[in-house]
Amino acid sequence: MSEKRRVSLAVNGTAYEETIETRLTLADFLRHQLGLTGTHLGCEHGVCGACTVLVDGYSVRSCLMLAVQAGGSDITTVEGIAPSKDELHPLQEAFRDNHGLQCGFCTPGMLTTLVEFLRDNPSPTERDVREAISGNLCRCTGYQGIVDAALDAAQRLKGQDRTAGPDGGESP
Amino acid sequence: MSRAVFGESVKRIEDPELLRGEARFIDDISIPSMLEAALVRSPHAHAEIRGIDAAAALELPGVHAVLTLDDLRPYLLTEFLVVGLPSPSYKQERNRPVLAGDEVVYVGEPIAMVIAEDRYIAEDAAQLVEVDYDLLPAAADCRDALADGAPTVHKDAKDNLLAEFSMGYGDIDAAFGKAAHIYSEHITQHRGGSHSIECRGAVAVHDPGTDQLTLWVSSQMPHSTLRVLVDMLGRDENQMRVVTPDIGGGFGPKLVVYQEDVAVSVAAIKLGRPVKWIEDRREHFIATTQERDQYWEVEVAVDEDARILGLRGSIVHDHGAYTARGINLPQNSAESLPGPYEVPAFRMNTKLALTNKVPVTPVRGAGHPQAAFTIERLMDRIARELGLDRTEVRRRNLIQAQDMPYTRPLKTRGGVAVVLDSGDYPRSQKDTLERAGWDQFPARQLAAREEGRYIGIGLANFVKGTGRGPFEQVTVRIGTSGRVHVYTGGTAIGQGTKTMLAQIVAEQLGGDMGNVTVTTGDTAATALGIGTSNSRLAVTAGTSAHVAAGKVREKALKIAAHVLDSPVEDLEFDGAEIHVKDRPGRIANVGVKLGELAHAMAGTPGYSLPGGMGPGLEATEHVILDSKAFASGTAVAEVEVDIETGGVVILNYVLAHDCGRIINPMLVDGQAIGGTAHGIGNALYEWMGYDENGQPLTTNLADYLLVTATEMPRIDLLHHCSPSPLNPLGVKGVGECGVVPAPGAIISAVEDALTPFGVHIDRAPISPPEIVALIEQGRERS
Amino acid sequence: MKPPPFSYHDPATVSEAVELLATLDNAKLLAGGQSLMAMLNMRYAQPDHVIDLNRVEGLSYIRATGDGLEIGAMTRQRDVEFSNDVRRLCPLLNEAMPLVGHRQTRNRGTFGGSLAHFDSSAEIPTVCAGLDAVLRVAGPRGEREIAFKDFPAGYLSTSLELDEVLVSVRLPAWGAGHGFGFEEFARRHGDFAIVSAAALLEAGTDGRITRASLTLGGIGSAPVRVAQAEAALMGEPGSVETFAAAAEMARGIDAHEDIHAPAAYRQHLAVVLSRRALEKAWSRVEGN
Repeated sequence: MSEKRRVSLAVNGTAYEETIETRLTLADFLRHQLGLTGTHLGCEHGVCGACTVLVDGYSVRSCLMLAVQAGGSDITTVEGIAPSKDELHPLQEAFRDNHGLQCGFCTPGMLTTLVEFLRDNPSPTERDVREAISGNLCRCTGYQGIVDAALDAAQRLKGQDRTAGPDGGESP
Repeated sequence: MSRAVFGESVKRIEDPELLRGEARFIDDISIPSMLEAALVRSPHAHAEIRGIDAAAALELPGVHAVLTLDDLRPYLLTEFLVVGLPSPSYKQERNRPVLAGDEVVYVGEPIAMVIAEDRYIAEDAAQLVEVDYDLLPAAADCRDALADGAPTVHKDAKDNLLAEFSMGYGDIDAAFGKAAHIYSEHITQHRGGSHSIECRGAVAVHDPGTDQLTLWVSSQMPHSTLRVLVDMLGRDENQMRVVTPDIGGGFGPKLVVYQEDVAVSVAAIKLGRPVKWIEDRREHFIATTQERDQYWEVEVAVDEDARILGLRGSIVHDHGAYTARGINLPQNSAESLPGPYEVPAFRMNTKLALTNKVPVTPVRGAGHPQAAFTIERLMDRIARELGLDRTEVRRRNLIQAQDMPYTRPLKTRGGVAVVLDSGDYPRSQKDTLERAGWDQFPARQLAAREEGRYIGIGLANFVKGTGRGPFEQVTVRIGTSGRVHVYTGGTAIGQGTKTMLAQIVAEQLGGDMGNVTVTTGDTAATALGIGTSNSRLAVTAGTSAHVAAGKVREKALKIAAHVLDSPVEDLEFDGAEIHVKDRPGRIANVGVKLGELAHAMAGTPGYSLPGGMGPGLEATEHVILDSKAFASGTAVAEVEVDIETGGVVILNYVLAHDCGRIINPMLVDGQAIGGTAHGIGNALYEWMGYDENGQPLTTNLADYLLVTATEMPRIDLLHHCSPSPLNPLGVKGVGECGVVPAPGAIISAVEDALTPFGVHIDRAPISPPEIVALIEQGRERS
Repeated sequence: MKPPPFSYHDPATVSEAVELLATLDNAKLLAGGQSLMAMLNMRYAQPDHVIDLNRVEGLSYIRATGDGLEIGAMTRQRDVEFSNDVRRLCPLLNEAMPLVGHRQTRNRGTFGGSLAHFDSSAEIPTVCAGLDAVLRVAGPRGEREIAFKDFPAGYLSTSLELDEVLVSVRLPAWGAGHGFGFEEFARRHGDFAIVSAAALLEAGTDGRITRASLTLGGIGSAPVRVAQAEAALMGEPGSVETFAAAAEMARGIDAHEDIHAPAAYRQHLAVVLSRRALEKAWSRVEGN
């Protein structure tokens, strides 16, 4: 029943070699096996988006993936977004400045989703941003602060070398 | 110089941890040797339990226990959670048992708690627990439940009337007797669940050595949780601590003390291991309280000039199977029906019907949105019947600014007079209409119709009693570290409580937000606490914090004056120190650090305290505020209806609101916009469906529709400021305000868009299929 | 909501996958997992074995063939969404892809997974119906092709045998200059459509319709071609009246009822969306 596999993967730049129960979701693996509790579970059926992480640079719902499937992958969670312990990522700064979070429970999924989105769409419109986060539920903010934060972050990121961003995935 | 922080959009002190993923929510708590629980819940709305067979579950490796009510009883003084707010109107006492005994009365009712090495195994085992049911007929619809011969929700009951009450004032018969016109409406209203993105959860730890029980719980009211545990477990307060971690949203239902909170506590004691239970989303749909159905029958009497003479009617309210809070929700609905309008005579009768569904308790807005929707529907009706503009009918009936404070001859549930304390309602309406371009709308509408587009505009005014008393406890303490520590019984559920209190305190104690820490929702930190609900913390905790900080400031200055040998008038707070003001002819910046003052006041054995003052550098306050501070405002929605699909798009939404003096404009905006999103859901999306047998139909977030970023319009906010005379800060609550007017304004706009079809809408929410059906009916009529 | 216990298999080849399917009882194939994983978490699905196709070689590709496109079953929806070949050769599919779920689900979800799961309100099956897709499947008896019209077998079920794996989908391209239109009504952006309509039109130099395809999704247990409308459109000039009349033929199609909409509303939407999709398609027919 508790069938296990040995799996190697990288999370936020750290390599792990872990024995994983095969039925463990990626979200539970990150949260409970690696202790990276920033990734949140809000529905466990792929609707709320709180558990979004980047797998090889692409946003996915970590409740809809088995941890064993992440073998060989490079994963970024909310804990891996900020450039250092003392600094926030421009997107995180923008969230704070634009009141893009209240209870903060959906925030990790919003951030990971928007890291990918802004990488692929450096000059988005408001409509683009709204569509980008339409798979992430927030019950607190009415989304306005989040949308403003994303648009603000796009401006901030333009002032930076984009290759120095949180991940180096390619634009489609 | 002391920096001004009150009234500024200072950044939230909560944010950095949340943004880094370093916050600690309930499921982030992990304790060595901790076990995890899953619940066996009733799949039936009503059944007798013949037996529970846990043998197969117990055989599963990794399973530690399957606890039923029989297993918990030895640890309990009572098996019932007695939590109902007092009221003389109850006809039946219906308290939830911690786990079901021989009867289950709603789908989702907990029957057994399975405890295992992890949640995966616990769920495996829960599937293996066999419960032998004898099905009983269920009462699902609250109107049918009150009919003669309806199946009873509880097998020992004679009927399903949980409570009935009446309220009113004035000579209602005379008002209707002299009316030029009387209009009646039957209004169906439905609101759904809270759906905080974080569900509920609890972690209990019992230390057998000290016999201390600690319960971490995602709750809006840890102090009431503690009191319930005292009552049920028969343990002393000093043997228990209830503490809230970061909370991923509350929205009402987390103010309830739940069966699982108690069961987890007992399990930790019984098993001698920490036990965690995390509610999953499916459980949230069936086991967390929700709002649901209200059926209103109302009549309004008006004179020739469309002025209201009287308002009367009745409400049937779906209470669910148990009393998990009280009669407060429909009480709010009935009491707040007159809203911001002059209503000379008023009478409402309210019946609470038991149903075989999860209990109903307040969700953000707590009955007020239903009242606002009803009165605003009546306003539109009067306008239509009398051929007046909808704004004009409202203008004629709004309470005038010069009549403030305005006493409504009604009493709140606690017997306090309903007094609208301040506000300028006509101005709110006027400014909102102007901002929304109301007068230019007919031209827009005409142009749109020429393109075959159906746009409409609607408005709703509202008042919302906030800051429900009697108090909230706050301690402000300057520590020997020089840091200012604030402790409150209120809980932080995302609304920025910590920042709000830090601002109020920092304003008086040096202006450095970074030097203030705030602890919320911990029974070890404050002896008393009411908790978070009813848009109450800025008013109640804010006031206590303000008064406490003032006392600490006064004392700190006196001690500093003594230490610096300088008159108090010459001193000022600056960050973490007090120094002599920089004045011509004086030596500036002679100062003393707050930490030094705290050290001095902590006392040294054998030495007198400086200045002959009492020890410590702290103050605890619980300012009594019995009267509610009434926030108010106006919403105007402009919508486009696709008459072929019934789809509604909100094109523009203006919300004017008045929450008195604003502590942090950014936070107020966030609350107003977030509340509006919830209100839009109530108008157009959220529907918690049940079938005729009480089976819930919408138990996932794909079927139960929360508003997403693409449906949400940008909200255009207008701020008015009528300081409340009831508290020294002049503040009012804002958390629920956005919700209240939204359904009224949006449905009014949808109806306006569909004027060519003579559509009349008597319900909220309204769905695209319903809109298409109404259009078709309108076409058939014409 | 945690997945039930199961044995996990991750074959490297199609034949290994087929062999596992043929030998294991109560096995379930896991593609992108955007439906199955939710069903596992909710324990609606309780397989004894999960056979993960994500490490199977050679199932992820988009290939332009002489007469259209071939898409590997494990191609991520994201790759279909951003494919220039898809945009060029199957613009109808390109138009529908952004409506499939959300960014996060398209990043992981697969083209073939949506077909094998076969939710009738999903966009991919509806487009495939409209394009007369041909599905290639592998089983213990070798490979075979299934014409899309033979694929549906009831609600959430297909004519794939229990031991067969969907390996690729051929989408015949329509002629250069054809018109296409995908219309749907969903309660929220990214939701499954309550009803969707996919239209394809070709016209001759005389402006008369020479070829038509009209498909409705979400109305019944499988996407439905409105054959009567397609026949009626042939030889007609593209006009508001023509499309309204053709769309009206969708009204009689059997519709199901669920918590989101009664059958009559679905039938009503079928007419509205058919007309809109046809008009949109016509506006794109080259030379119009």
